[in-house]
Amino acid sequence: MFAPPPDQCSVVAEGLRKTYGDKHALDGLDLAVPRGTVFGLLGPNGAGKTTAVRALSTLVRLDSGRATVGGYDVRRDPRAVRRRIGLTGQHAAVDEIITARQNLEMFGRLFHLGAAHARRRASELLDQFGLSEAADKQPQGFSGGMRRRLDLASSMILAPEVLFLDEPTTGLDPRGRSEVWDAVRGLTRQGTTVVLTTHYLDEADKLSDRIAVIDQGRNVTEDTPAGLKRAIGGDRIEVVAAEARDLPVVTAAVARVAMQGAEPETDAAELRVHAPVSAGVPALTEVARGLQDEGVMVADIGLRRPTLDEVFLALTGSRTQPPAAAQDMDRTQHAEVTA
Amino acid sequence: MNAVETVRSADPEQQNAGQRLYWAVADCWTIVRRDLTHLVKQPSIIAWQLGFPIVSVLLFVYVFGSAMDVGEGVDYKDYAMPGMFAMTMAFGFMNTAMAVVVDKERGVTDRFRSMPMAPSAVVTGRGVSDVLHAALDLAVMAVIALVIGWRSDGSLLSTLWAFALLLLLRFSLIWIGVLLGLLAKNQESAGNLFAVAFPFGMVSSVFTPPSVMPDWLGTVAMWNPVSATANAIRELYGNPLPTGGSWIEEHSELMAVVWPLVLTAIFLPLAVRKFQNLSK
Repeated sequence: MFAPPPDQCSVVAEGLRKTYGDKHALDGLDLAVPRGTVFGLLGPNGAGKTTAVRALSTLVRLDSGRATVGGYDVRRDPRAVRRRIGLTGQHAAVDEIITARQNLEMFGRLFHLGAAHARRRASELLDQFGLSEAADKQPQGFSGGMRRRLDLASSMILAPEVLFLDEPTTGLDPRGRSEVWDAVRGLTRQGTTVVLTTHYLDEADKLSDRIAVIDQGRNVTEDTPAGLKRAIGGDRIEVVAAEARDLPVVTAAVARVAMQGAEPETDAAELRVHAPVSAGVPALTEVARGLQDEGVMVADIGLRRPTLDEVFLALTGSRTQPPAAAQDMDRTQHAEVTA
Repeated sequence: MNAVETVRSADPEQQNAGQRLYWAVADCWTIVRRDLTHLVKQPSIIAWQLGFPIVSVLLFVYVFGSAMDVGEGVDYKDYAMPGMFAMTMAFGFMNTAMAVVVDKERGVTDRFRSMPMAPSAVVTGRGVSDVLHAALDLAVMAVIALVIGWRSDGSLLSTLWAFALLLLLRFSLIWIGVLLGLLAKNQESAGNLFAVAFPFGMVSSVFTPPSVMPDWLGTVAMWNPVSATANAIRELYGNPLPTGGSWIEEHSELMAVVWPLVLTAIFLPLAVRKFQNLSK
């Protein structure tokens, strides 16, 4: 497993343990998050993601284990840690009644910026998060995405070294989610280290430099999104036939290029045939040419990597179905991630 | 050094005792300002929270008033109005509990706890805002009482002392409110606290003298902290105070100080401990 040197890490955690009654929320979790990266904590509900974030952001006392954030020990020096972190929890933690600007000014004062500086910083953040027009309105009238952006802005008052995002897009519509993703990408460009928990696999895939899959409070595996997908299997060729009667011909063509010992799988309802291949592009060309020679029309043909859903299920077992396996993993997005 | 950290907090990495005290007060004031801004943004909050006492005043004084006999030649409103002031203070802990549970549910409390502010300010800020809020409630209630025809016959000093005793009762109940707000699961369950608040406010000398209640209930009502404050302020306002002559009723002014101090001594540490144990 990849282990960056601790002095290049913003977050280092060793053997974190936390028990509630007889439930082990954290059961020896280790983390090392390189500075300036986005680190995804992926796991089913109850895997310990939220407890991990709450422990690292000084909200929960650990039973045992050691964690430093920005170089400071979360147990011995919580105030120093709090000066270096931002936290966006599962709810948009903003005051609904005072205006967006008043929220940011209040948090600025509580970060001890002083009144004038807090006002200036509030304006900067309203600009940065595209909230200038709504600055003097009450968040109770905001859309989910706007509320979340205000929440993120509140976490960014001190331009923290580490930003914890605990399921930042839960409950948002697709537009709200992409708004939040854009905001997070903007922050990482400025060098903030982000620790992101999510059970949306596409979210971890799109945003993270590295992903740790955790289950039952323990590390399952850790890798880059592309690496995780590679680990579970290479490229698959996928052909969608135009006509049901062509299905046998298509299946035969795919079988010829399939990895040794692998049988093509056929989804008759969708006229889809797919199989793992060892060399993607030659296989693709061969199948395309072969089918053309036989005069068979295809609706679609392409290479795909396994989705993180598949990786996730393979790693944590079918016992823990991800609650919201995102389905929008099209090829273009894969190309982005794996490029 | 980290390139990210361009925005600097004004206070140093390690605070000395003086700086800690300064920020504890400054942060408390920031939280209080937030609550005062709530009142400016939504003045209707006051109307909602005073709705019950105001409707009660109208009901008891005008609807039931003629049927209420609290003593020979006593105008019922002169008896009921101070009781209503005390009841408004007694029900105030519900407002505290609700404010605490809303912040907890929305994650605002966790946000505060993850910030380098003085942790005490979350609790002290609540306390100061609620006392200011209660003073405003009392001012509104006093104006309504004056309009209805209630008067204080006590000296200015006695009258002010009476209002101070009311705020003292409210202050002591803040800590019960904070504790219950932190214990409550969500806003709905905090709303159910009304089932506790109602008898707490009602089984007292607020509307009727305990001496006319069944013996056991009368005893409970007499020893209710709300009764002590209600009777003490009746005496200070020079309003009628029919009592059964028991020790507790004869010493209501003393008890109007003792009860809040006892309640604060018990519930302030419990509330603070519960707040600290949020990290458990």
